[in-house]
Parts: sequence; C-alpha cells; structure tokens
Amino acid sequence: MYDTLAQILGISEETKRPFWEVVREEDCNETGLTPEESGRELLRMYRVMKESDAAYDPALRSESGMVGGEGAKLAAYLEEAGADALLGSFSGTVCRRALQMAASNACMRRIVAAPTAGSCGVLPAILISMEERYGYAEEDIVKALYTAGAIGGVIAARASLSGAAGGCQAEVGSAAAMAAGAAVQLRGGSGEQILHAAAIALKNLLGLACDPVAGLVEVPCVKRNVIGAMDALSAADMALAGITSVIPADEVIDAMGRIGRELPENIRETGEGGLAATPTGVAMRDRLFTSEKAE
Amino acid sequence: MQLKDIIGPVMVGPSSSHTAGAARIGRVAYKLLGEPVAHADIILHGSFHTTGKGHGTDKAIVAGLLGFRVDDPRIPESFDAAKEAGLTYGFSHADLGAEVHPNTAKLVLKGKSGKEMTVVAASVGGGRIHVTELDGLTVSFSGDLPTLVIHHIDQPGKIAEVASLLERKKINVASMRLYRARRGGNAVMVFECDQEVPAQDVQWLSEQEATVRVIYLSQSHAGGALTHV
Repeated sequence: MYDTLAQILGISEETKRPFWEVVREEDCNETGLTPEESGRELLRMYRVMKESDAAYDPALRSESGMVGGEGAKLAAYLEEAGADALLGSFSGTVCRRALQMAASNACMRRIVAAPTAGSCGVLPAILISMEERYGYAEEDIVKALYTAGAIGGVIAARASLSGAAGGCQAEVGSAAAMAAGAAVQLRGGSGEQILHAAAIALKNLLGLACDPVAGLVEVPCVKRNVIGAMDALSAADMALAGITSVIPADEVIDAMGRIGRELPENIRETGEGGLAATPTGVAMRDRLFTSEKAE
Repeated sequence: MQLKDIIGPVMVGPSSSHTAGAARIGRVAYKLLGEPVAHADIILHGSFHTTGKGHGTDKAIVAGLLGFRVDDPRIPESFDAAKEAGLTYGFSHADLGAEVHPNTAKLVLKGKSGKEMTVVAASVGGGRIHVTELDGLTVSFSGDLPTLVIHHIDQPGKIAEVASLLERKKINVASMRLYRARRGGNAVMVFECDQEVPAQDVQWLSEQEATVRVIYLSQSHAGGALTHV
C-alpha cells in the first residue's frame, strides 16, 4: 500500500494510467495475485455486499433491543413521501441502504467490513445505489473499490481506521472518504477530483467521537453510517463541480490521526464518555448488565 | 495492511474485535487441539467479559470451537449447533492481569478423544488475533499461517534441527521466535511457515531428543470432522 494519495496520483498522471489501475498494480505486487485474481477478490466483496443488502430483515432486533427495523421505517416513509421527502429519491435510497446494512451488522448478520464492521453501511449504500441508478457494470464497481481501498489504505498507514485509536472519525469518517473517492471515479471524475472528494468528506467528520452506548456497535453507530453516506455524496458532488479542498488529502489524513491521538480515551470506543455517559445511555448500560447478571 | 484488510473481511457482525476476532480465537484453538472439542471452559477477560454479550462474543467463540469461520451465518445460532455436535461449554470471567490485552479469552479444552489443551488468545483489532499462551507456555503467533510450536529443553542445536528439516522440505519460514524460562530449562520455539508441514515431519520432530511436545496448527481445510468448508 502507498503511504500517500499524492504518490498514487503522481504515478497515475506520469504514466497516464487511471488511478485505480495504479492501486491494482500495487495490490498484485504485494499479494502475488494476478490482476484477474485481485479483481475477482474485490468482485466477491461487492457481491457479498449486495447479498447482505438483499438479505436485510426488518424483523431482526439486536441483542440489546436498541436497534432494528429502522430501514423498513425509512423505506415506508420514502415510498409515501415520494419526491416530497426532504432527502429526495436517490439520497433517500442511499440513507435507507446505509441504515439497513449497519443494522444487519448490529443484529449479527454477514457483512463486509469496509473499512470496519461499525462503518460497514457507508460504501455499499453508495455503490449499490449508484449501480442501480446509473447501470454501471460490476467491473466499474471493482475499479471504484480499488480507489476506495487505496484511500482507506493510506488512512491506515498515516492515521488509523479504528475507533479505539482514533474515534468515529477514523471509522465512519474513513468510510465516507473512501466512498466519496469511489463515487467520483464512477462519475468519471479525475484523479485529482478523487483526492479532493476524499479530503472534503474526511474534513467534514474530523473530531467525531466514538461514544457507543453500553460499548455496543449500535447507538450512535447505526445512524452514523447515514451521515457518512450523505457526507460522501455531497463531497463527491462538490469535487465533481470543481470545488477543491484547500488542505490536501494527505494532510487532512494526518490531521485526523493527530486529532485521534488527542481525543480523550473516554470517547475512543470505551463506552464511557459522550452519548454513553448521558443519563439514558448509562441507564441502558445498567439495564443490560443487570439483566446479564440475573441470568 | 493490504487491500483485503481495508475492503473486508466478510464477517458476521457486529464487531471485528469482539465477534470476528472471538470466532477466530475459537477456531484456531479448535485447530490447535486437532480434533473435535467435547468440552470447553471459556474464561473471558477485560472488555470480552464486560461488553462481550452484546457483541455476541460468547456465541462467536463457541462457533469457532465448532470450526465455523468468521463469515459463517450460523454464528448467531452456534449454541444450538453445539448441542447438536455434542459440544458442552461453560462461561466464566477472570482478571488475567493488567498487562493482558483487554480482548482476551482463555479456553480450557477437552477433545472427543480426551486430549486436553489450554489456549490463551487476544483479539487485537480488525479480526486479527494473537495466541499468547499454549498449555501455560508463552507464545506469540497470529494463527494465519501453518505454525509449528515446539516445546523442548534448552540445548544447542534445537533450532538447526528444525531449520534444516524445513529447508529439506522446501518450507519457507515467515517468522521464528524462541522463548526460554532459564538456561537449560523449558523452552518454546514458534515457527510460522508459508507452506504446510507434512504430518510425518511433525511426528519426526516430536521424536527428537530433548523435545517435550510438538503442536502443529494446520491451515488446510481438511481439519476435523466439524470443519466448515
């Protein structure tokens, strides 16, 4: 994996090859896979994402009972509101998918961690909804996954992808940056626009706390996937419109890493601060732990 | 990190550390035992104990002990599967020490043939694990590769013995670690290999002078009868 996005962009421009192809070549170098094998592996990931999306079950509830059924509620609302929904039709669909995938994860269903299980709804919500809307071929989606993977890989190398190390900005923020870059590529944007989209998406979620109620990947994680997806869509459209990020992507990533290290430990996946420390959050934790002891 | 760690793994939720890592700990322990598990005492430490239940850590470990992989959709129903497979288990919690990783489990296993083994392993993030203790011996390996664990008496030539065998068999060593309690005392070598070590060679190693015991972790799919393919 490369250490900077600027390096990938530089090679891509120098050799006049698309951004994703530079990423694929590096993956083949690292793994010893052929380009075909490497692509097949990513295609498998995308197909599992689609299976998980199709397998959403609104009747499922998480072990704690805090999560379940949200996706079906939003679907029913969007159906009735039609074009009047504040989100509009496409954004509404993206939100529904992000909610559903994140809820499926909370309810112990099979998902693709992208980059993490807690943030697994963002990337598939964008990719599956874009395939549906624009009719992309699966090979186009695979190319977009190379781009998303490169963004996540550079974040892993320079900062972190884990809530325990960097807060939610490292999970949902990273997922949003990955999805924004992927979306720009699918819409035919340039390598430079991919970097701007990733930078904008990540900037907008900097500092986000990881403060899960009772330490579970449920509240606020499931709905945070929605904001990650919306962040990605708006960042992608801004980049495609020619809007640039004043701070370059690699520097934004460094800032995210630094903020992560500076975050107090109680908002780094410990379930002790933020929302987890609210009266309702504490009551929820006590209820769950007491019932566990009573068993 | 590689691309497959960023887009992936495919896993049953909700948590890569508390669910996928837990299932992996169970599965690696089962493969180390080398036969179907009849009974397991599962001791949870730290965050595995405090938030494990809400993350399905308990179900995931039992699923792993049955040989299920981290993406096996049967993980949520692993307790029923255990009943069918004749695997009994008990859960408890213990403080294994301040320096022990918060996501750690100690598994005291008894196999169908009566074989016993104690495995301590930590889930270290992203679904990756570290085995830290085997039958009371300090070790450190990921469980991702074919792994030879050789418990022996500290004396000259033991490393060369294994290294030359691996060379003859054209098996490449990915990592090698050596631990010893004291000079001339109990020692453990851990070799993580890029290729499988054939069963007769594992047997040969176990018959050498000053070797107490050899444990081999295979990555081949043809493990025990309960291995999920």
